[in-house]
Amino acid sequence: MTVVDVEVERKSTAEALHDALALAMAKDSTVLVLGEDVDDDSGGGVFHVTQGLSTLYGPRVRSTPISEQAIVGAAIGAAIAGFRPVAELMLIDFFAVAMDQITNHLAKLRYMSGGKTAVPVTIRTAAGAGMQFGAQHSEMLEAWLTHVPGLKVVMPSNPADAKGLLTASIFDDDPVIFIEPSLLYFKKGPVPVGEHLVPIGKGDIKRSGSDVTLISYGPEVNLCLGAAEDLAAEGIDAEVIDLRSLVPLDEELVLVSVAKTRRAVVVHQAVRRGGVGAELSCLLHERLWADLAAPVVRVAAPNTPVPYAADLERAFLVDKSRIADGVRQICN
Amino acid sequence: MTTKSTDTKDRAAVTPTSPDRDALRAMFEMTTTIKQTDERFRSMLGSGAVRLTYYSPRGQECISAGFGAHLGHADYCVTTYRGLHDSLAKGVPLRKVWAEFLGRVTGPCKGKGGPMHLTDPSVGLMVTTGIVGAGLPIATGLGWACKLRDAGNVTIVNFGDGATNIGAFHEAMNLASIWQLPVVFVCQNNRYGEHSRYEATTSVDRVSERGRAYSVPGVTVDGNDPEAVYAAAAVAVQRARSGGGPTLVECITYRFWGHVFGDDMHYMPPEERQAAMDADPVVLYRQHLIDEHQFTEDELASIEATVVAQIDDAVEFALSSPPPSPDELLTDVYAGEVLT
Repeated sequence: MTVVDVEVERKSTAEALHDALALAMAKDSTVLVLGEDVDDDSGGGVFHVTQGLSTLYGPRVRSTPISEQAIVGAAIGAAIAGFRPVAELMLIDFFAVAMDQITNHLAKLRYMSGGKTAVPVTIRTAAGAGMQFGAQHSEMLEAWLTHVPGLKVVMPSNPADAKGLLTASIFDDDPVIFIEPSLLYFKKGPVPVGEHLVPIGKGDIKRSGSDVTLISYGPEVNLCLGAAEDLAAEGIDAEVIDLRSLVPLDEELVLVSVAKTRRAVVVHQAVRRGGVGAELSCLLHERLWADLAAPVVRVAAPNTPVPYAADLERAFLVDKSRIADGVRQICN
Repeated sequence: MTTKSTDTKDRAAVTPTSPDRDALRAMFEMTTTIKQTDERFRSMLGSGAVRLTYYSPRGQECISAGFGAHLGHADYCVTTYRGLHDSLAKGVPLRKVWAEFLGRVTGPCKGKGGPMHLTDPSVGLMVTTGIVGAGLPIATGLGWACKLRDAGNVTIVNFGDGATNIGAFHEAMNLASIWQLPVVFVCQNNRYGEHSRYEATTSVDRVSERGRAYSVPGVTVDGNDPEAVYAAAAVAVQRARSGGGPTLVECITYRFWGHVFGDDMHYMPPEERQAAMDADPVVLYRQHLIDEHQFTEDELASIEATVVAQIDDAVEFALSSPPPSPDELLTDVYAGEVLT
């Protein structure tokens, strides 16, 4: 929801993320940063999110070799020794080379130790298509991560939430996968000045409506808002929910909204099969079967790798007209 | 925080390369504890008295005892599914080991970790992993924590020869080197990675040679000789404590039993096994203490009797402890309230 009585400044998502990190490091000396190219000698991160931090905080900020297993492992080790590391894996596609550390250790050490070892690691990672980076630098793999008990998974849709959710992630006592949609880095918006906290597990109603609920997260939230405007011209009043956190999921917010509108469309950039949309669709059918006026619709990418050619990549990606079409399927 | 500056044993900064009589005695007590614990587990598994997935460390006792002599509770340790010996030598009490291995709520992980994931940060046992090689990257993070705090504690990570062929080993060695981390990499080369012989899977004659690729000092020692291990551990631990960076210590040993309890060991030549068991390092060390260090039969027998009594107590404690309640299924997935 819109923050009232808080001073805001216009910043890009990359700047908002930088501010969250800088404030966290200033506040708490256990906050560490590690990853490829994160120090100032190597440019302060590929999107400059960590720029300036190594100059200020020296050994608490370390550029690493291109060794994703070591990056995540080092973060885990420092975390169980009492630090709060923020590890950067440049792209979510590269999780594939560190998945043992992520699923077998990061996610499980607390449980396997009966609560003896907390693992307060945040993994920041860029994700998503739209910049013609091809099949291995463009994926949205959040569904892989939501399937692993022990991980929290968040994805902001705007600069203010990016700042607030990253702050919450760093100070969370559990591992958080913080997914930064690449398309948002240079998008600007109002961001609260000073420390800003958006609690993990709380969704946000971005637009109120009565006919259908559009449920999304990440950059597709903004597409949903565009589609809602187009649909309004046709007399369809859509509510738009930004989940912000996928684990834990704000089930209450979603269920209350859909109980009201009786129709739901789940929208995400990731491929359709086994996606977060499938989980949400199932949740809604299980919990609101008698209330639903129509089956839940999923609008997602086709089950293909991300193509390179611009036309194909556009065809792969969800856009607002496909979202509107999804709504029309159940509202006309 | 698991670091405890009050732990005086940690500050035993003087690390002589030759053990004194107390150290020799402590190593005998530890090798005996490991051997007797292992024999009790296998005996009870064989009779059906207990059920668990069990990876015997028999034959590798001297390595843990030799390193354990130089480590305190504030030092961090990472080990593997074959980690019973390392856990005991790091200071996990027998009662806790037995309770966790038998899945009882009195185990340090409340029975939720089991033999492959024994964890006891109160003595510095931070991770036991069931994934070959995966402990090494985590050890670099523990080492980074040691270095940032600059409190003199170090990290030791134990792994088998099989782990040196997985990428995690190489990433961790490189990172530990460029960051000059206080990590001691201990390769317990027991000649087999699961069912495959070392020579069939590994490109170097000695694992320690791989240190050179990462500018990490590498040394190979007789892992069945407690005094040799003690000496190598002294140098490596002291190097780490004094800011000299990581060391790779390869300890040559032999796994008396198969990969996992129940393994038919068809891939291990019987004569090779017999020769290793005839040269049982715990038995040889016992004789060595009598022949070379003026220990008496009575003194050693007394230690052995005490160890057996401690194991009797631990077994009884574990068997009489309850399993975790069903509520425990859903706790500890996340911090705080039950959240799954």
